[in-house]
Amino acid sequence: MNLSLAGAPHLPPISTVGGVMRQVLYALVPGIVAHVVYFGVGILFQIALAVTFALALEAAMLTLRDRPLKPFLSDYSAVVTAVLFALCVPPLAPWWIALTGMLFAIVIAKHLYGGLGSNLFNPAMVGFAAVIIAFPIELSQWLAPRSLTPGLPGIGETAIAIFTGQLPPSVGWDAISQATPLDALRTGVAENRLVTEIRAAPIFGDFGGLGWEWIANFYALGGLYLVWRRVISWHVPVAVIGTTLLVSTPMWLLGPDIHPSPLQHVFSGALVLAAFFIATDPVSGCSTMRGRLVFGAGVAILTLAIRRFGGYPDGVAFAVLLMNMAAPMIDRLTRPRTYGHDSDRDGS
Amino acid sequence: MAEFELGRHLYRFPGGLKLRHHKQIACRDPLTPAPLPERLWLPLAQHQGPAGECLVEPGDRVVGGQPLTRARSDREVPIHAPTSGTVEALRDGPVSWPPGGQARCIVLIPDGEDRFEPLDVPEDWTYESTDALIERLRAGGLAGLGGAVFPTAAKLRGEFPPIRALILNGSECEPYISCDEMLMRSRPEAIIEGARMLARATGADDVVIAIEDQMGEVRKRLNAAIRAVDAEAPIRVVQVTTIYPEGGEKQLIQVLTGQEVPHDGLPQDLGLVCLNVATAAAARDILIDGRPVIERIVTVSGPGIRHPRNFVVRLGTPIAGLIAAADGTTGAIDRLVLGGPMSGLPLASDRIPITKGSNCILALRPEDTAREQPVMPCINCGECIRVCPASLLPQMLYKHLVADDFDTARELNLFDCIECGCCAHVCPSHIPLVDHYRHGKGVLRERGIEDARAARAKARFEAREARLAEREAARREQREARERRLKDADRAQDEVRAAIERARARAQKDTGDAGDNDA
Repeated sequence: MNLSLAGAPHLPPISTVGGVMRQVLYALVPGIVAHVVYFGVGILFQIALAVTFALALEAAMLTLRDRPLKPFLSDYSAVVTAVLFALCVPPLAPWWIALTGMLFAIVIAKHLYGGLGSNLFNPAMVGFAAVIIAFPIELSQWLAPRSLTPGLPGIGETAIAIFTGQLPPSVGWDAISQATPLDALRTGVAENRLVTEIRAAPIFGDFGGLGWEWIANFYALGGLYLVWRRVISWHVPVAVIGTTLLVSTPMWLLGPDIHPSPLQHVFSGALVLAAFFIATDPVSGCSTMRGRLVFGAGVAILTLAIRRFGGYPDGVAFAVLLMNMAAPMIDRLTRPRTYGHDSDRDGS
Repeated sequence: MAEFELGRHLYRFPGGLKLRHHKQIACRDPLTPAPLPERLWLPLAQHQGPAGECLVEPGDRVVGGQPLTRARSDREVPIHAPTSGTVEALRDGPVSWPPGGQARCIVLIPDGEDRFEPLDVPEDWTYESTDALIERLRAGGLAGLGGAVFPTAAKLRGEFPPIRALILNGSECEPYISCDEMLMRSRPEAIIEGARMLARATGADDVVIAIEDQMGEVRKRLNAAIRAVDAEAPIRVVQVTTIYPEGGEKQLIQVLTGQEVPHDGLPQDLGLVCLNVATAAAARDILIDGRPVIERIVTVSGPGIRHPRNFVVRLGTPIAGLIAAADGTTGAIDRLVLGGPMSGLPLASDRIPITKGSNCILALRPEDTAREQPVMPCINCGECIRVCPASLLPQMLYKHLVADDFDTARELNLFDCIECGCCAHVCPSHIPLVDHYRHGKGVLRERGIEDARAARAKARFEAREARLAEREAARREQREARERRLKDADRAQDEVRAAIERARARAQKDTGDAGDNDA
């Protein structure tokens, strides 16, 4: 009898890294569909581009680092990074935006830090921060939601726009492009206009931006599925959204003319996406339960601060990156009390 | 000491896992004795701690119940002949711990007559002193039959506060293991009587038998047995929620009392003693039947066993015989496990014998463990933190241990890990976390032993230095004294010489005078 002496437990594993990542991808589907409904097929091109570049770069880096390809390419972690990145860039962004983003995400943020599990920073957000700093123009060319334009570009037009950088002559850029609600707000407030005035513009919806608010709802739906399936814990989403409401409500009550409403904050930009999918990245986030609450609260506060005082319309990416730096320390400071020990930091 | 009312309110421990039980598959058949093998292999040490002194030699004929080793302290546990026969040899044989290791065994060839000679039993145990009771239990080879085989005598008496309550653990909590459930179903009266004896031996005036919430049948039978006797201390049956590892001693105490055993202490510090139900039944067998611990109930189960069931097994029976008695295996066996699937020990051979701590033998095929996927890097998902019943940070311990940073692992309370396996079970990266913790503890213990050895060597060296210095000082003292004496002696001699000179001078003068006179 040839017996294995592997240690306990002797039950089959209940999950795999690839399985976890796949669940995350499934949970993003409703939000992506909503994105297509409101802003056209551009997002699908962005996802396809980013995933292709991510997998190619992942394979190249694994080869360079002399690591096996199969387990690491099939763990879906690079795919999740690529999709999250793609969801943050404008639908008609040129193809090299995805390439640049993935170079920073996969090569620098992930593999130069040691690959899966070792990256200090959220790779998707590193990629996004790199492109928004390097190519602010390309990253600001957002489309108007379907109901506000004569016609969103179709598949062919989208492909031409992305791969040549030129819109087909039949489509006028001015007709289809639009500032994002967050952009409109910050420029509007800077021009001393009232929030109520700014919000009268058609790009705003019931509580957030038109279209954006529904995409956020569908992201939240997917996120709740992840919480229900225990893929993510409730701590980060509750902390991000809860803190956003908690901090923005008194400001809005005190100065409704210059501060957007709490719901406006939650439902614009990438906040809901960040709450469920980005700040919940396990590798670069906190792992203790209390630490996750602190991490989420930090992301929310920094996002609000950057939206109000910073140079970029949405601060989610930078907020997440800044909190990534603090995560190891937060984990250390929020260690749970061990069984049989008096205090949190009671030594042996 | 904190106040609590045992088992009145049930508390929750952090973490843990709900697992599929797989228990009933081995409970369909009644308990039956396993066949006696050709040879019994009896490891001299069956428990944590030193082995007793061997009392037999090859060629000796023994009867069942005869002591084969003798315990010289409460930390040692004697073993007894499981049946009558001849001692063939004292030889090294495969054992379960360390994995793949060997240990000195008494090899006994049964003569088939199964003659038995009971130990001396008291006429009425209720008249015995507690010390006498404990002495008898010790002589009967009683040790924790739940799996840890801790010498029971050492648990019952020692330097600790008075014991208020006795907890009998009947919640096995690991999947597949059903030996305690079978025992509680078939011998509830023995457990209740043993509980009374152990309560008497500890001085506890409260006894709680903890069983799992799905053991309704067991509760009825135990309660019937409790009603049938007039117990000195109240005995209660408490059903606890089946969340692995609620049957762990520390977790069970937390569930029943809301208190935690101090990390540097024992349950006795809370006024509690926790023993397995099988230990209670064995105590009764020692004190009533004079039958020392020579057999136990063993679950033989797992998807690799054709006919899973529970056997009453004489100690020393090799596992292969039990598997054969369970109608063999269902396919190629990849793992044999002693204990449950969550924390059981992998066995290197089916020749390993059943000992006092062998509660369950699991046979698993490759498809039952499905562990062929590669180990991936830790992605810090925190699932291990969520399920850890000791509230440790398993992933952080792991990262420090793979970096050989053992001191930080110790600071993160590595030694509070109970090795329940929850973290490794939920790990999506399939990291064998418990193996890392065991290794880390081993390194730290080794280093602790090294440190102690170094400290002892240093103390020895310093003592020697001091001794040498003292001897040197004494010698110098002596030398100086002698020199002083010599000097004194010289001076005395000088004085003598001077006196002689003086005398001689006087004499010469006298002679001169006399000469003058003579002339």
